[in-house]
Amino acid sequence: MTGVLTIAGYGLREAVRRKVFVVVCLLSLGFVALYWVGNRYVFRHVGDINPPSGVDARTFAGAFLFGMAMFGTLFLGVVLAVFLTLGVVRGDAERGLLQPLVVRPIGRATVLGARFLGAAAVCVPYVLALYFATMAVTGAEGSWWPDRIVTPALELSGGVLVVSALSLLGSVFLSAIANGIAIFMVFGAGLVAGLLGNIGHVLNSHGLVHAAKIAAWALPFEALYEDALRAITANTSGLTGFLLRLGPFGGAEQGGVGLRLWSVGYLVVVGAVALAGFSRRDL
Amino acid sequence: MPAALAVSGLTKRYGVVDALRGVALEVEPGELVGLLGPNGAGKSTLVKIACGLVRPSSGRAEVCGSPAGSREARAALGYLAEFFRFPGWTSAEELLVLHQRLAGSTGGERERSELLELVGLVDARNRRVEEMSKGMQQRLGIAQALVGTPRLLLLDEPTSALDPVGRRTVRTLLEELRRRGVSVLLNSHLLSEIEHVCDRVVILLGGEVVTAGTPAELASPRGVEIETDRGTEVYPAANRDDVPRLVDELVRDGRRIYGAHVLTSTLEEVYVEAVGGETQ
Repeated sequence: MTGVLTIAGYGLREAVRRKVFVVVCLLSLGFVALYWVGNRYVFRHVGDINPPSGVDARTFAGAFLFGMAMFGTLFLGVVLAVFLTLGVVRGDAERGLLQPLVVRPIGRATVLGARFLGAAAVCVPYVLALYFATMAVTGAEGSWWPDRIVTPALELSGGVLVVSALSLLGSVFLSAIANGIAIFMVFGAGLVAGLLGNIGHVLNSHGLVHAAKIAAWALPFEALYEDALRAITANTSGLTGFLLRLGPFGGAEQGGVGLRLWSVGYLVVVGAVALAGFSRRDL
Repeated sequence: MPAALAVSGLTKRYGVVDALRGVALEVEPGELVGLLGPNGAGKSTLVKIACGLVRPSSGRAEVCGSPAGSREARAALGYLAEFFRFPGWTSAEELLVLHQRLAGSTGGERERSELLELVGLVDARNRRVEEMSKGMQQRLGIAQALVGTPRLLLLDEPTSALDPVGRRTVRTLLEELRRRGVSVLLNSHLLSEIEHVCDRVVILLGGEVVTAGTPAELASPRGVEIETDRGTEVYPAANRDDVPRLVDELVRDGRRIYGAHVLTSTLEEVYVEAVGGETQ
């Protein structure tokens, strides 16, 4: 355990010294500020809108804006996770940083586990902080609050953890640049699959919906994100709820407990494959 | 007491390339062994297998009686890689603290001060790695390898970035380590360095041990040289036992003798002969 904490602390200190946190905090403050300006304008004029019968304009605006903020939160969390993990194995080995650590008695599993925990220790609080900050902005400006508050926050964090694990796995086999590109492409593919699923629902295309569902479960960060979006309007029914679920910032698919269990299992499997690959890798 | 490092029948294949082909080698406790060979001879691969960074294709490698790469083996060794880098944002002090924790060392402040003193970096203990010269980083690397008082030290080209004074510091350090009973496997291209400090020399070529022995064993006789008033006479076929007779003959011939030297080959000559003129 000492080895895990030492390596995780080492990763965190590196992020502090390299001013990663300062940059991330400043950019995130900028994001929240812009989000606040957007909310202010939208809710100032939302009363002037005459929506179609059965649509609650304030609920629609609040859920849509907050869904957009959740996408931004997921994206920023993923960027942070990827940059903290993309070169953990092969990248650091190629730069000669890994070997002095790995020859110590702590072993490779500790190094890998600690780097994952280090990334989680940064990314999860970050995602939670951004989620609750944007939720507070929408709540304060528009008097709209999500139907579920904690579950979506945890699912977004879980999505970022899944991407961190995939990035760590990629770092075992790919150089840092190749891994970064690969993970962002996988992330993009997952999001596109989700959007295609939304379109499939609109068009009532079972094939498209089925393909999107397979993609979302193969890349559970997307399924978790969709479930989180669904959860913020879980009690919103009627035409408002229907329109929100058509997207792009509405969850078309509900995952539930099965998805969460699958995500935990997925993390375990990805971690095991990464460890198996790392333990067999010549450095 | 088991050997600090014992390898036998060690092979390593990278794709179609045989990096090691049945290497056998032992480093006894307190022994300082020099590893020589041209580029691609398999020296770094051998060292990496010993510290568990590379898995052998076949054969056996043990560190202080434990299989190479095992927790016990890693706890018994210190390693300085040929191409290493420490994070630029850490100071020398922080780096040593990190390695003390990872090695489970209880030496604390006293050990860090002693190691920095040993490599001449006491004044730079709070300096960041990115602000150090390459030579200072290499000396810090040696200090890092010594954290936790390892029984076996694996040094892969530890003086490649050092100036002559730095090299002498390392030589003194190696002699001090021998005095303390630490075993060292020194992989270096600097023949003079190996010749001066090593108890035994092993020369690798094409993944095989081609020559091994003490510097004295490897030095073959090359004749006798006698300085006289009429110049230097060289007797290539003569040996140490022939010196009194040769001097006697020259004196009877009316020559004045100023000195007699038994000639032996240098490590450089042994090396060139062993590797067949392969470039390093």
